[in-house]
Amino acid sequence: MATLKVPVTDEDHIQGSVRAPIVLVEYSDYQCRYCAMVYPIVKAIQEHFGQRLCFVFRNFPLSEKHSYAEPAAETAEFAAKHNCFWEMHDLIYVSNQNLDISQLLECARKLNLPVDELKLAIENRTFESKIQSDFLGGVRSGVNGTPTFFINNQRYDGPIDLKGFIYGINFMTASISDKA
Amino acid sequence: MSKILASGSIAPDFTLYVTPDQKISLGELKGKPIILAFYPADWSPVCSDQMSFYNEVLPEFRKHHADLLGISVDGPWCHNAFAKSNNIHFPLLSDFQPKGSVSKKYGVYNEKIGASERALFVIDKNGVIAWSYLSPISQNPGADGILDALEKLKC
Repeated sequence: MATLKVPVTDEDHIQGSVRAPIVLVEYSDYQCRYCAMVYPIVKAIQEHFGQRLCFVFRNFPLSEKHSYAEPAAETAEFAAKHNCFWEMHDLIYVSNQNLDISQLLECARKLNLPVDELKLAIENRTFESKIQSDFLGGVRSGVNGTPTFFINNQRYDGPIDLKGFIYGINFMTASISDKA
Repeated sequence: MSKILASGSIAPDFTLYVTPDQKISLGELKGKPIILAFYPADWSPVCSDQMSFYNEVLPEFRKHHADLLGISVDGPWCHNAFAKSNNIHFPLLSDFQPKGSVSKKYGVYNEKIGASERALFVIDKNGVIAWSYLSPISQNPGADGILDALEKLKC
């Protein structure tokens, strides 16, 4: 089974405590419709497991397929520098079907972020090394498309629905739950 | 099906159509690492995902100076349409006539379905198979095994 090769660090985008018994890592493309479909499912997983689960988001833009995946990742990283990564992450997924540069700038306006600076960041690919580092770490961990999830460092290959995830998480973390 | 050629074997040479009027030989590419990605069929969901994914990882393969060749039993016109539709930037070779003859030489022809298996080979610059992998046919094997093998070539 494929395992996560790049450990979760402070450089990651994290919701919850990294010391939580369940660590769910998602590799995702902002323009991928399946990633948009899974977005509310991830929210439901977080709600279901509460503080027992830590969620980590990593960039995996499929730029050859999706023209705006990389600009969207740049936009989210730009927002992260302004301490509102998750707000931007959520806004972009809600806009996923009509994603283009004007949508991304609109997301920035909604969060009162400096739009001109974002334009420059997108043009100059300011956050390319962070995004590329996420991407390559994913490739080396066996990510072969989006979205791909890892539960406590093991790739989750089960069904992409809430029931499947709950079962998968409980199954893949059973030894931890038994000890708790 | 015969057994997939293992590491250490000499990679069998072949000449296959890469476009409707152009052929390519493995021998011509000697001197740099070659990745062969055998797959069952253009347009199938897993094959489309796999080939599109390799398109994204192509810059990483090129960092190792490696060339990637996709191979299936589809004809060159089919490959042409598939490559255009998926914006594929690497050659797709037609193991079309005689059907599957190259796949058979590499031990990755599936007689039951009449198509290549999903299989990967990394061939070193001297034409020796450095790594091979037969994937479950319904699974996209990703690129981690290929990159691990390319890194080991340098050792």
